[in-house]
Amino acid sequence: MDTHIQVKNLNVYYGKQQALKDINIEIPKNQITVIMGPSGCGKTTLLKSLNRFLELTDGTRIEGEVLVDEQNIYAREVDVTEVRKVVGLLAQRPSPLPMSIYDNVVYGMNIHKLKKDRKEYKAAVRHYLEIAGLWDEVHKRMHDPATSLSIGQQQRLCLARGLAVEPEIILGDEPTSALDPISSQNIESRLIELKQQYTTVIVTHTLRQAKRLADYVIYMYLGEVIEAGPAKEVFSNPQHERTRAYLEGQI
Amino acid sequence: MSEIDTSQLISKTTGRLTRPVVASRARQNEFARRTFFVFTLLPVFLILTVTVALLVRSWPILQAYSLSDLIFGDVWKPTNGQFGFWPFILGTFWVTAVGVILAVPPCLLTSIYLAEYAHSRTRSIAKPVLDLLAAIPPVVYGVWGLLAIVPFVDEVLAPLSDRWLGPISIFSVNQPTGFGILAAGIVLAVMIAPLIISVMYEIFSTVPNDLRHASLAVGATQWQTIRNIVLPQVAPGILAAVVLGASRALGETIAVLMVVGNIPQVPTSIFDSAYPLPALIANNYGEMMSIPLYDAALLSAALVLLVVILIFNILSILVIQRMRSRKWA
Repeated sequence: MDTHIQVKNLNVYYGKQQALKDINIEIPKNQITVIMGPSGCGKTTLLKSLNRFLELTDGTRIEGEVLVDEQNIYAREVDVTEVRKVVGLLAQRPSPLPMSIYDNVVYGMNIHKLKKDRKEYKAAVRHYLEIAGLWDEVHKRMHDPATSLSIGQQQRLCLARGLAVEPEIILGDEPTSALDPISSQNIESRLIELKQQYTTVIVTHTLRQAKRLADYVIYMYLGEVIEAGPAKEVFSNPQHERTRAYLEGQI
Repeated sequence: MSEIDTSQLISKTTGRLTRPVVASRARQNEFARRTFFVFTLLPVFLILTVTVALLVRSWPILQAYSLSDLIFGDVWKPTNGQFGFWPFILGTFWVTAVGVILAVPPCLLTSIYLAEYAHSRTRSIAKPVLDLLAAIPPVVYGVWGLLAIVPFVDEVLAPLSDRWLGPISIFSVNQPTGFGILAAGIVLAVMIAPLIISVMYEIFSTVPNDLRHASLAVGATQWQTIRNIVLPQVAPGILAAVVLGASRALGETIAVLMVVGNIPQVPTSIFDSAYPLPALIANNYGEMMSIPLYDAALLSAALVLLVVILIFNILSILVIQRMRSRKWA
């Protein structure tokens, strides 16, 4: 297994409350890793430790290391904006920026000055909207406000916006939980298509989605990683009693 | 058991689930609705009453002089029967403009810092301090202006301006006393700052965090997020905060009249003395009432102030609405 992200002795505290306890995991490159577990178990906290989103909340204390390509993203000399450029995030609720569809896709590229001129931006916008499976639906109304799209379309737009800054890793924080079944399926297919080129880490609370998407599984309970391994092994033969109970629907 | 109750009820009231109690609840509700409505109407009624009362009391002078003579006349000599409001109207605008121009930039920066950058601990200290600043009585600001700002303007700012900005007429020092528009503007700026900051802060916190996070997630810095996402969202609200501050400044009386010099002249420089409308009314109402039309003149000055503030607020509401309708979402 080719490791892309390595979490070492990670402890996270919100004030006095400990949210993550001594996490040690390895996340494989160019596969879909699914973090699952009952609500409040620290799934989202673990996910957001990977793009340094935890520090947006006051009073969060983070100890330990998160290595992306063997570079600790919490090291002092690391630029947090570079981390977030490499590690994209698809949020739980679609969050189109209050601007046009076109400008949403351009936004991140423009922040990092990735393209030289309008022509390059236009081509890139088309490219990423196609990847996100949205081009056919929106190419005639690129300058409409992004909020005029349906929720499902908005989430695909957010995916395009995230991919446009050329990340290596995509994080998804229950990215389909606000969507209808057809839109969810659409997003899931995108993620499966994209896993050839991107390391993907998804948090989900639906076991069925985990089974559909996962190549690699992390099962968490009360801030601890109980079990982690290739999806086939974990789903067919869980090593830990708690994992078994969760998979059987007892937790 | 509940099933039995329901069936009894239905049989008693010929199939409809109504009870006498319900009727009395509806009456109470109706009574509450009407009472609250009356109190909601009260402010509208008050504005109308005040306007009409001022109009009635200033009627004698409005009949004796034309409106344009009163508003644009620049001589104020009540004993000679000359009542020109122009110096006072301009004085009001100059003082307010200087106050707002001085207050807005630092207020904007402070509120951005508090809302976007500050740690929650910093915020929990800074906010109460600002509220405290807002609670200081205007007369205390006036004394502070007299003791600190007027000498500061006289001894520091006026000589500096005289040396470096002298040729520019609005900065030229014609009346070196320290009492004047700049001193009043500085005092006003400090007085309206807490209000402007707290309104701006509230407006910043109406922007959903999802938007900030969406921008940060693609690797934008906090400043890029503020400039590209947050500020365009809050622009109408920022303007509203400025208008609120300006309205407060337009009407501020005691602190201003203590430092502004109170000379009825058309100002040409920020170092000139001026005589804003509120100061005129407060200084003179109730005195020298034997002069013909004096009472009516002062009350029409109040009317002018009221109308100016109303027009100002209505215009700003219109501007804000236009800005809102142009926004996405």
